[in-house]
Amino acid sequence: MIEQNSRTLLEVQDLHANVNGIEILKGVNLTIKSGEIHAIMGLNGSGKSTFAKVLAGHPAYEVTAGTILFNGQDLFDLKPEERARAGVFLAFQYPIEIPGVANNQFLRLAYNTVQSQRGKEELDPLEFDDFVREKMKLLEMNPDFLDRSVNEGFSGGEKKRNEILQMALLEPMLAILDETDSGLDIDALRIVANGVNQLANKDNAIILVTHYQRLLDYIVPDYVHVMEAGRIIKTSGKELAKELEARGYDWINAKSHHNATGVQV
Amino acid sequence: MSTMTSNGYLENLVQSWQRPPAASSNWLDQLRANAMESVGTLRMPTTGDEEWRFTDISPLNRLPYPAAYPTAELSLSAGEPYYLAETAHRLVFVDGQFAPELSSIGDTTGIVVGSLSSLMATHGEKIAHKLGNLAEYRNDIFTALNTAFLRDSACIIVPQHVSETAPIHLLFIANQKAVTSYPRCLVIAESGSKVRILEDYIGTEKDAYVTNTVVEMSLGSNAHVEHIRVQRDNQQAFHIGNCTVSLAPASQYHSISITLGAFISRYNLNILLNGEGAECTADGLALISDQQLADTHTFIDHVKPHGKSRQLHKCIVDGMAHGVFNGKIMVRPHAQQTDSSQLSRNLLLTNKARVDTKPQLEIFANDVKCAHGATVGQLDKEEIFYLQSRGLSDLAARNLLTYAFGGEVIDRISIPSLKKQLEGIVLARTQIS
Repeated sequence: MIEQNSRTLLEVQDLHANVNGIEILKGVNLTIKSGEIHAIMGLNGSGKSTFAKVLAGHPAYEVTAGTILFNGQDLFDLKPEERARAGVFLAFQYPIEIPGVANNQFLRLAYNTVQSQRGKEELDPLEFDDFVREKMKLLEMNPDFLDRSVNEGFSGGEKKRNEILQMALLEPMLAILDETDSGLDIDALRIVANGVNQLANKDNAIILVTHYQRLLDYIVPDYVHVMEAGRIIKTSGKELAKELEARGYDWINAKSHHNATGVQV
Repeated sequence: MSTMTSNGYLENLVQSWQRPPAASSNWLDQLRANAMESVGTLRMPTTGDEEWRFTDISPLNRLPYPAAYPTAELSLSAGEPYYLAETAHRLVFVDGQFAPELSSIGDTTGIVVGSLSSLMATHGEKIAHKLGNLAEYRNDIFTALNTAFLRDSACIIVPQHVSETAPIHLLFIANQKAVTSYPRCLVIAESGSKVRILEDYIGTEKDAYVTNTVVEMSLGSNAHVEHIRVQRDNQQAFHIGNCTVSLAPASQYHSISITLGAFISRYNLNILLNGEGAECTADGLALISDQQLADTHTFIDHVKPHGKSRQLHKCIVDGMAHGVFNGKIMVRPHAQQTDSSQLSRNLLLTNKARVDTKPQLEIFANDVKCAHGATVGQLDKEEIFYLQSRGLSDLAARNLLTYAFGGEVIDRISIPSLKKQLEGIVLARTQIS
């Protein structure tokens, strides 16, 4: 929601990044304020997932130019775990399976690590169990998921729900949801979207990285950005997603000189 | 000490063998004499032998330790840290000899548990029928030596349809240095019976000794045997283990083997799915460091149709240690509808750690489902990043993933107190601070 008294959470300026020596991001500019939901859309290979991973600090992505301020702090000064503790959260497109580690053990470890770094109270196993079960209701998750190994043997939808559960536990200021809608059937999509909507508030912000408009029927963005060839080439309101769905990405290409972010194309 | 040739080694070993009276008609004496005859025709393996390609046991040739005789005193409390609350019976063997004062045999209604010597009079015939018949001593030098030096054995007979739910703990304690002990175990699970066996090797000594052990298990139709093996000999010891399991129709054998100890260890597990619809799992974890070498050779032989086998073997190799896995799966021509899968996963913690893994599938039937795979590597960068993105430091992430790598196998152990003990060991060995 666009708020009057919001503050700037994220300020990305002229961000360039390489993977294996190939430039993928070629000058991304984006400003996000608290309370806002931004959708970043684009075709495969446009750089949107790379952007998400750069924000989270993935070591395979090398930033070659530009700045990112998160909550007034230079994000590049922070390691991935420090970003997580500072309030950046990435919901993975392909959540990692960790056989041998029980989900509840993992969730509690992540929760307590982040809590202690934020100077807040840690929870013992019993307290955490109550706490996490309450959060799981938000995502209509079966408590059985606590005893299973992290993401092991989970269906696509179950993995995505587990990601949003982690978001609920870690209470990030900025949550980046990388293709959270991919691989979800319509019921799972509704449950996940409902969970995200309940977690969104005036103090945090959410970036939805997605290929399709479908997710945006359930989580309504304040802004829609279109990415292509490593840049944001168009920014508009939520109606842009509908237009993209109807007319395809080619339509943007033809009109890309109407770029709203001020980048010369 | 001068280097000894492998023949010299065997000659020295044989010196401590006592020939049974020539006129003995005792079947056990006969078995021992036959095995000794085989020893005479065999030689010690070298890395020139395909089955020993990656495992150089020549250092063993320098340790022609005589067979252990019970001499050293063992305090009654030596094995206590290893006793488990859940067990129904505990048989303790010290240097291969049954130690009744350390053992604890519970209610034996319906089940036979004890040492060979104590059961000879009452169950000799049943035992004679199986002992030495599954473990082939004619072409394996270590099995031949064990059989030739066989003095006592753990014997478990579970009669038809008897189900012993609490585990039976076989604790083999090495209590003397510079000796060779020859532990032995026979399990007869008759049709429809159910039993859980824990085979556990520990050492009280700090110096080198040799353990050469043989286990035989015979499963009747529909029998169900769970077999957990923990090898935690000391870091100077040599440990050679052979286990042969034979499965009748629709029987199930589930095994987990944990290798932590010994300077050089070799475990051969042979599972013969001799009956239609027999099933087995053969999981393993070797967690080794420094200059340890741990070699696991398994052979799963699908002889009859509708068999099923599952195998997950893992090595975590630290320091300059060397892990070896050779997993052979044979599907014979009549073994149609066999369903088999095998996975060998190996984690190297240093640049000097080494693993040789060799899955070997030999399929002679045409309607089967067989899958196998092997991975060797370091921790996955994506997994580390995933944990970091949840607030864990790089080190905490690595520690958790290393622990989890072993934890996946430990998790499958059905004895809670043992599982907890082993979790503690894996945790202590995988955590860097």
